[in-house]
Amino acid sequence: MAMHQEELVDFDVALEKYDPVLGFEVHVELNTKTKMFSSAPNVFGDVPNTNVTPVCLGLPGVLPVVNKTAVEYAIMIGLALNCKIAERCGFARKNYFYPDTPKNFQTSQYDDPIAYDGWIDIELSDGEVFRVEIERAHMEEDAGKLTHMGGSTGRIQGADYSLVDYNRSGVPLVEIVTKTIEGAGKRAPELAKAYVAAIREIVKALDVSDAKMERGNVRCDANVSLMPKGAEKFGTRTETKNVNSLRAVEHAVRFEIERHAAVLNSGAAIVQETRHWHEDTRTTTSGRPKSDADDYRYFPEPDLVPVVTTVEWIEELRARLPEPPAERRKRLQADWGYSDAEFRDVVNAGVTEQIEETIAAGTTAAVARKWWMGEIARLAKNADKDVADLGVTSATIVELNSLIESKKINDKIARQVLEFVVAGEGTPSEVVEKRSLAVVNDDSALGAAIDAAMEAMPDVVAKVKGGKLQAIGALMGPVMKATRGQADAGRVRELVLQKLGIEG
Amino acid sequence: MNQIIQLSATELAAKLRAGEITSVQAVQAHLDRIAEVDGGDRGVHAFLHVNTDEALAVAAEVDAIRAAGGADAQALHPFAGVPIAIKDLIVTKGQPTTAASKMLEGWMSPYDATVIEKIRAAKLPMLGKTNLDEFAMGSSTEHSAYGPTRNPWDLDRIPGGSGGGSAAAVAAFEAPLALGTDTGGSIRQPGAVTGTVGVKPTYGGVSRYGAIAMASSLDQIGPVTRTVLDSAYLHELIGGHDPADSTSLNEPVPALVEAAEQGASGDMTGVRVGVIKELQGEGYEAGVQERFNESLEALRAAGAEIIEVSCPNFKYALGAYYLIMPSEVSSNLAKFDGVRFGTRVLPTQGPLTIERVMGATRAAGFGDEVKRRIILGTYALSAGYYDAYYGSAQKVRTLIQRDFDAAFAQADVLISPTSPTVAFELGSKTDDPLAMYLNDVATIPANMAGIPGITVPGGLSQGLPVGIQFLAPAREDARLYRAGAALEKLLEDKWGGRLLDSAPELSAATTGGVA
Repeated sequence: MAMHQEELVDFDVALEKYDPVLGFEVHVELNTKTKMFSSAPNVFGDVPNTNVTPVCLGLPGVLPVVNKTAVEYAIMIGLALNCKIAERCGFARKNYFYPDTPKNFQTSQYDDPIAYDGWIDIELSDGEVFRVEIERAHMEEDAGKLTHMGGSTGRIQGADYSLVDYNRSGVPLVEIVTKTIEGAGKRAPELAKAYVAAIREIVKALDVSDAKMERGNVRCDANVSLMPKGAEKFGTRTETKNVNSLRAVEHAVRFEIERHAAVLNSGAAIVQETRHWHEDTRTTTSGRPKSDADDYRYFPEPDLVPVVTTVEWIEELRARLPEPPAERRKRLQADWGYSDAEFRDVVNAGVTEQIEETIAAGTTAAVARKWWMGEIARLAKNADKDVADLGVTSATIVELNSLIESKKINDKIARQVLEFVVAGEGTPSEVVEKRSLAVVNDDSALGAAIDAAMEAMPDVVAKVKGGKLQAIGALMGPVMKATRGQADAGRVRELVLQKLGIEG
Repeated sequence: MNQIIQLSATELAAKLRAGEITSVQAVQAHLDRIAEVDGGDRGVHAFLHVNTDEALAVAAEVDAIRAAGGADAQALHPFAGVPIAIKDLIVTKGQPTTAASKMLEGWMSPYDATVIEKIRAAKLPMLGKTNLDEFAMGSSTEHSAYGPTRNPWDLDRIPGGSGGGSAAAVAAFEAPLALGTDTGGSIRQPGAVTGTVGVKPTYGGVSRYGAIAMASSLDQIGPVTRTVLDSAYLHELIGGHDPADSTSLNEPVPALVEAAEQGASGDMTGVRVGVIKELQGEGYEAGVQERFNESLEALRAAGAEIIEVSCPNFKYALGAYYLIMPSEVSSNLAKFDGVRFGTRVLPTQGPLTIERVMGATRAAGFGDEVKRRIILGTYALSAGYYDAYYGSAQKVRTLIQRDFDAAFAQADVLISPTSPTVAFELGSKTDDPLAMYLNDVATIPANMAGIPGITVPGGLSQGLPVGIQFLAPAREDARLYRAGAALEKLLEDKWGGRLLDSAPELSAATTGGVA
């Protein structure tokens, strides 16, 4: 597809003239054992169309039954977002024809969400706190997954045919909708990223979602509009759909601000529409025109009875909430002994959870920080990816660290091993094995290399014998070369001194 | 006519238990009757599918268990071995389920409806699937995509609808029992015009899981039989809580058989019977009104206190029904799109996009009445019209419930003619949907309020059956069986036998079937 090159205005220039207004709809897939309205397993990654029942296939005669655990998870999300919980709420049918929706309607909540009127404080990188108001969090079911075959765009237009996997059909979702967010100014892209990161952090801490953005467990639709500074009326918004990484959220908001500014500057009007985010080009393209006239013919779902919550039930769920993320961060910083700057860097890098997991898996706080903030961050940056998407886990780090501690590899080789792990060559041990990267500790092999080096450099040997012990360094190069860098430097030094009869 | 098929289900069950006849004999007698009267040029055409092999196999299994005796025989359901017909709106494994629509031609359900699981567990041999108006939309069974069912009382007349197949099968002695579904009268109106008994249980009393939804908030599965006691047994068998149906009542089935047995004494002393003022008079045939008045006299003579009650909002019921029902239809039938199951029709020209395939499938797969209701409902739910149509109709629903509440404060049961007319001639109303819709004017209020209703035979007018309807408060289904059985007893005493005994003899000669 020939891509129309969008005109853009430099971000800072755009922000001199316009105030951005944001709004987010974040869909969270719940990690319940079964689906929202059927007993089919809620499992990611299985053979397509195996986790289905007549209910999630929408066969004739079937009826939905609400998953109580999903309701509890939705209430917990609502409570964590400081929402009010409805005493009574119901489901509605959102009617539209699309092949990923087996009944050709989605069972959702319409005018009576289970949770409403909440807020969440978002801490930005410099510690500034920005309050985002939550309009509602409601329950609904996910659609099946369509894969469009043929065509160049991977979208339904132009595809030869489409495949549909109903394993995802009926997976419980909670959609969290913010009120309009004003006043973020040039920090809008950063706030967008931080907001989604905060939602992800919360649902993960609640253990109500696997919260893996790369798997679509957390999906963000970002609404952006601009209004001239000083104006009171919001501009026309666009909704960028399915922005599925934290970096993409930030980039998409920034891109749309730059694009809107260019359109408005040219005197044209923003078209109210959905936009598609393209990670490769970091641009959005026009999707479906969306207007308030979209008619989903909502009406109350007659096959379900209202969900009624009691104070006792809500309080029981409130008691199950983990500590709020802000308090948790305070506790973690104290436990780990990081300085304020160190800890903020960790938070901003988005590796708090990884470090916590790594420490829990058996390394010291210092080692965990060294890896996640050092080499892993560097590799992510080079690969232009989120740290979470590199494929490095706490287990990788623990294994790497134990290889170092057992002197199988040294620090420098460990960094190489990590690169190969990221490249998909296996676990650290497998990489060391496959690539023969283990440190040469075998004294006889080392001894031969040292003998050769000493023979080739009699002058160096003489200097060492004369007491200039630092001259040993000159022998190190040839020894390392002979052992392809896998010699343990400390051991080489010991052996040289031993051979020359010098006390180290 | 073979004597086995003339037995009521309760009588047949007793003979099976006593070992006087076998279930295989009973099933075979009904299969023979079906062959004789159902399939010919002028056959009743109650059945869309006859389940010969499985029915005989289940019968043989029951016979074997009975023959072996012991605990297994003791544990059998009292109706084990009594054959039953199933309205083809209810999904069954191993038999096609079509909803009388081209849309589901050849479709085999991979699962059983909850009521079918119960029937299998009780080992009632299923004779087959019965005809209906397509997706249960109609009052004459003429909207079946597979041709109409004929009324056994007059083969040129309709058997009512949508459940004309189940009612006609029972009336023609092709089955002693059948299942129906009732959204606006689809069990009761066919019962009335075929001289049979039909019950719409309290909404939630019988699981809807596996009944292809027409209007979810109105649909109920219920029994279709020749006697009130048979309905009570069948109702107890299929009723009760089902975790797969969120709208099913979480309470035990009331003692319906006991209520029917109590009613069979014919004593109505102390029972307050409310005559609904608005469900008689204009629009009700004189012959229907006469039979209705005779029923009131019989009840009064048996000790009932007959009072008049007024339900002023019933005049809005039909209008509100024709907004709520199509609204739910438009959504419930959206799943029939050719993507996952059933008929798929490709457009004859132009690109094969998903929208066009869905469109071509729905254009070819649905009949006119179904399309009419989908269009009506889509319109009623549309933005800008929702409040005026669907919203107002829901308010009417509340008003109807209040009318019933007020009426039931004065009366234990309410009574009315089931249908304003006797069976009309085939083809006489197919071009006039509004005239067709008026057939359900007396039955619709019960669905709108979720309350139970029964129809029992009330005699003949112009040689055709008239039905008498009792209504009871929600969860008080037992009252219907008490009053229904009493009226049945009082009238049969008067007639000197069952109404169906006076039905014209059907045979291979009259129907063109297999002698």
